[in-house]
Amino acid sequence: MSTQLAAQINSLLAAFILLTAFAMLAQRKKLAILHLFAWQGLFLSVSTAIVGFVAKSHHLYISSLLTLTLKVVVLPYILHVLIRKLKIRKEIEAVVNVPTTMLIGIALVIFSYHLTAPIRELSTLVTRSTLAVALATVMLGLLMMITRRHAVTQIIGFLAMENGLFFAATSATYGMPLVVELGVALDILIAAFIFGIFFFHINTTFDSLDVDQMARLKEED
Amino acid sequence: MKIHPFLIEMVQIAVLLFAAPLFAGWVKMVKCWSQGRTAPSLFQPVRDIRKLLSKDVVLAENASWIFRFTPYLVFGVTVLAGGIIPIISTDLPLAATADVIALVALFAIARFFTALAGMDIGTAFGGMGSSREMTIASLAEPAMLMAIFAVSLASKSTSLSQMVLVVSQGYSILQPSLAFALLAFILIALAETGRVPVDNPATHLELTMIHEAMVLEYSGRHLALIEWAKMMKLFLFVVLGISAFFPWGIAVNDDLAGILAAPAYLVMKLGLAAVGLVLIETGLAKMRIFRVTEFLGSAFLFATLGMLSFFILE
Amino acid sequence: MNFSPGSILSASFLLLLFLVLSAPFLRAKQRLLIAIGFSITAVASLLAAFAGFWTLAGGVTYQLVLPLGLPDLPFHIRLDSLAGFFLVVIGLLAFFVSIYSIGYVKGFLGQRPVTSLVVFYALFIAGMLLVVLSDDAFLFLVSWEIMAASTYFLVLFEDERPENRRAAFLYLVVAHVGAIAILLSFGIMAGLATGFSGFEGYTFDAMRKTVLPSGWAAAAFLLAFFGFSAKAGVIPLHAWLPEAHPVAPSNVSALMSGVMLKTAIYGIVRVVFDIIGSFPWWWGSLVLVFGLLSAVIGILFAVMQQDLKKLLAYSSVKNIGIILISIGLAMIFSSYQLKPLAALALLAGLYHALNHAMYKGLLFMGAGAVIHATHERNMENLGGLIRFLPWTSVLFLIGCISISSLPPFNGFVSEWLTFQAFLLSPSLNTPILKLLIPLGAALLALSSALAAAAFVKAFGITFLGHRRGPDQGRVHEVNWPMRIGMTMAAISCLMLGVLPTYVIKWMDPIAEKLTGATIAHSASGFGWMWLTPIAHERASYSAPVAFAGILVVVIVTYVLLHTRPGAIRRAPLWDCGFEKITDRMQYTAASFSMPLRRIFGFLFAVHEEVKQAPPGRHPAFPESFTYQLRVRDRFWGWLYKPVIDASFWVSRMVGRLQQGRIQVYLIYSFVTIIVLLLFV
Repeated sequence: MSTQLAAQINSLLAAFILLTAFAMLAQRKKLAILHLFAWQGLFLSVSTAIVGFVAKSHHLYISSLLTLTLKVVVLPYILHVLIRKLKIRKEIEAVVNVPTTMLIGIALVIFSYHLTAPIRELSTLVTRSTLAVALATVMLGLLMMITRRHAVTQIIGFLAMENGLFFAATSATYGMPLVVELGVALDILIAAFIFGIFFFHINTTFDSLDVDQMARLKEED
Repeated sequence: MKIHPFLIEMVQIAVLLFAAPLFAGWVKMVKCWSQGRTAPSLFQPVRDIRKLLSKDVVLAENASWIFRFTPYLVFGVTVLAGGIIPIISTDLPLAATADVIALVALFAIARFFTALAGMDIGTAFGGMGSSREMTIASLAEPAMLMAIFAVSLASKSTSLSQMVLVVSQGYSILQPSLAFALLAFILIALAETGRVPVDNPATHLELTMIHEAMVLEYSGRHLALIEWAKMMKLFLFVVLGISAFFPWGIAVNDDLAGILAAPAYLVMKLGLAAVGLVLIETGLAKMRIFRVTEFLGSAFLFATLGMLSFFILE
Repeated sequence: MNFSPGSILSASFLLLLFLVLSAPFLRAKQRLLIAIGFSITAVASLLAAFAGFWTLAGGVTYQLVLPLGLPDLPFHIRLDSLAGFFLVVIGLLAFFVSIYSIGYVKGFLGQRPVTSLVVFYALFIAGMLLVVLSDDAFLFLVSWEIMAASTYFLVLFEDERPENRRAAFLYLVVAHVGAIAILLSFGIMAGLATGFSGFEGYTFDAMRKTVLPSGWAAAAFLLAFFGFSAKAGVIPLHAWLPEAHPVAPSNVSALMSGVMLKTAIYGIVRVVFDIIGSFPWWWGSLVLVFGLLSAVIGILFAVMQQDLKKLLAYSSVKNIGIILISIGLAMIFSSYQLKPLAALALLAGLYHALNHAMYKGLLFMGAGAVIHATHERNMENLGGLIRFLPWTSVLFLIGCISISSLPPFNGFVSEWLTFQAFLLSPSLNTPILKLLIPLGAALLALSSALAAAAFVKAFGITFLGHRRGPDQGRVHEVNWPMRIGMTMAAISCLMLGVLPTYVIKWMDPIAEKLTGATIAHSASGFGWMWLTPIAHERASYSAPVAFAGILVVVIVTYVLLHTRPGAIRRAPLWDCGFEKITDRMQYTAASFSMPLRRIFGFLFAVHEEVKQAPPGRHPAFPESFTYQLRVRDRFWGWLYKPVIDASFWVSRMVGRLQQGRIQVYLIYSFVTIIVLLLFV
């Protein structure tokens, strides 16, 4: 496999990661969003492995494996269990005006392309062009957190943001040192557990995971 | 041995005229199989057309010349489009007549007149069909243009032969822009040819139909021409997708071996495309008309992402 | 006097002048006045078109200083390729419309005197011709005002209706706000040309020679763009257009929509490309953005209309948008020194201006014929006219096909060229523009597809189906002059669509002069039948082959299917077996646009109301329903209403000064004198 072909496949994977980010933004069903998130993790892990191959840095294979287990298997499983345990009855979630969100998403992609232009000029890596996609994925994750009302989908948005950051690290600098990555992975795992505990508390307090309910915490004036 | 391009053109139009009903029959067969029903013969659409052609025309009392002219025009436009799209060879004398944008406009003429014919007889169904058809068309158009844009970026051309030539060299399907454009194209083609998530080609149930509502009052040879043109349109859209994204095997110069091999490849690809179409059609339910906005909106999104990823990633 | 474009033009102006002066003497013989008056304007317009054609084909520039005007400020005239092109646009349509008017204006006989219509019509044409000929700011503004004032009176022609008076007033206000902006823009350029003390800078020649500092140049451009946009009806300055165009007599609407708006396009091109000359890219982006806005919003409004002429007026907003899109692209390309691309985009825009003049003229004439025949403008009361108006219906259909930009007619060619210009935007080396401009192409595609929907509606509701409203007796086909006028416009729509390579070749000198590049060589490099704007591998379109191809297949199919004598049996409607079908069950104009209204309704203030009668009845068993729909313009509330409220407030404040006591007024004068003495 030549470097050229590897770079091309990596570009395609970047495109798929972007696509899953948009699909999560548009999807109404919670379980479908979870599946999309797992797919995004899969693309990310394959992409990491390919970057590892191109850069001949073997610790990236470990990161890739870590991504695979954590983001494709463990986290989706935990969230899946959460959704089932908490008996989230409303499978379908109200989403604010999908076309508008999509247009904002496109604008964000163009914006991140514009932002990363100077870095692209300086960098010499074959993967430098995917940096814009990585940044866009981060922004789309944030956009997802803004447009969603349900705590579970917000968490998925947060995790998608983390995917974007991870992708940015691999594409801009061929990955962070292994120690850092292990730490981040651990953080995410712990975060997921903490979220789970919080969800139980939110659910028992408000009898719902709709974050709009939190407005009730505000002091009445 | 070289074959004269005009001959190829003739062969291609003949292929279009006769392969289109067969393809429609094949799609129906696969669909029946997938749903556990007994399939009609592959030649059933051909027989239908023959039967309709031999029947007398019953015309509504108040139908004007537009109603009678439309079937001929729709048929003529579709045949001309078939002379432009590279089906078995890229070297066609008519290919320069229209690039992709003009090709889309050619189909738009057919749609324009069909919509007028729907309104001509003054029934509620006809008007409903016309109104919905024009609405869906206006939503499909921007997505279509974006898809064309994304593909033309790679080939630096909107001329179909040129696009096919460029794509047939190299691993272009690995290019993200083309992958996105293909996704967008599939959604648009489903809408343009009136297939399941958008319109149901098999139904005559009033509330769900779009295309059928406009041509409800046609009979005899008029109906035959309309149905035939509809099958050709489906065939052409599938071939357009095949030529633009999977052109391998198409004849690029005029030699005999290539020309003879091309139909074999085409039959294989068409067979697979029909399976794909059937999977989509049985897997999805028909949408409410106002959900089509989101459906075509996502087509637009894919095409735009294709365009963006060309600049970002390539 | 030798025979040249200049002398032909003089003859044209003398004819118009003669008509204006002599018309009052023919007041008593109205029928004769119509025949003579509009024949004269027809001849004069044809002469002007011919002069323009000759100038452009010959590639020569004529300049002249007239001994008219104020002392020391003579009028300057200049006939160059750009002016020549616009003379053709104006002259050709004015010729068709004048012939049409011979028949159309007869409809007013016995209702009201038409002398003023003839006089102002001639003045209107003369004003437009002068605008494109003038070579100094002074003459330009004078002719601009002649044009504005004469159209004001033409809009006011049927002045007993309140909506006409309102529309005319609104038109006058917006036209003058625009004129002030143009005046200021010329003021900046003239002032910088020779300093603010002298007057020599008022000629365009002096302005051309000056290189403006970038800030002043931007100010001049913004003012000019604002002023010309107000005239062209660019969104958000469009509010007057759908009010004024429909209420004017239809021959006047045809000219107003068809060519008067083009004088504003002429103004933009003249100021930007010719007078200022070099500019940064953001000017082009500004024009592009407003063009896109007008194209999409304008056509969405058009789809929503129930009034046939209002629909046409809104679609003019859309077409102006398309022209501006091309001009904006040309400006962007030009600022990046991509000259051939700029030439392509500019020619696409000007070509569209010519095309729009033809088909919009045709459509307004057709709408005039419908009104002439039925006395009805509201589409909800029309329908089935194809049986009574065979000529008008075919000609109107040609207009509809052209404006929906369907091949092989003319609207498609210019829009196709615009798309090609869009597709070339990746040659820009600014990443952000590369990414954003294609989205504009998608908006253009949206607007052209919506145009097809709007004109399926316009034709389908007006001419097809059954009569929707109360039947008011027999409807007759219109008279011959009207048919001839429309037929000529329709033929030019077809010719401009089928023979684009010749048109491009003829227009090429404009591109060469304004952008420094030509495209004619590459555009017809593959033969006259194939239009290949850049290279034939890049994109090609052959209108003659497409036209002939469709025709041949249609004829062959028809002949093959008619070898056997097949009887056509006429039968009542089937309609899925529904029996008691009535005319009231047809789709109406409002119901046709319902899906689009729901999808794009958020852009408008849509107010729907369903009332059932009698009110107390159970909703399942009403006796009758009334449905009311109002689609309002949000811009009115955002932009115009605050201005109107503010001006009313100011006038109330000023009104307080009026005490009605003579002593108070004397105090005002006294204070004024003291203030003046202090400061001057």
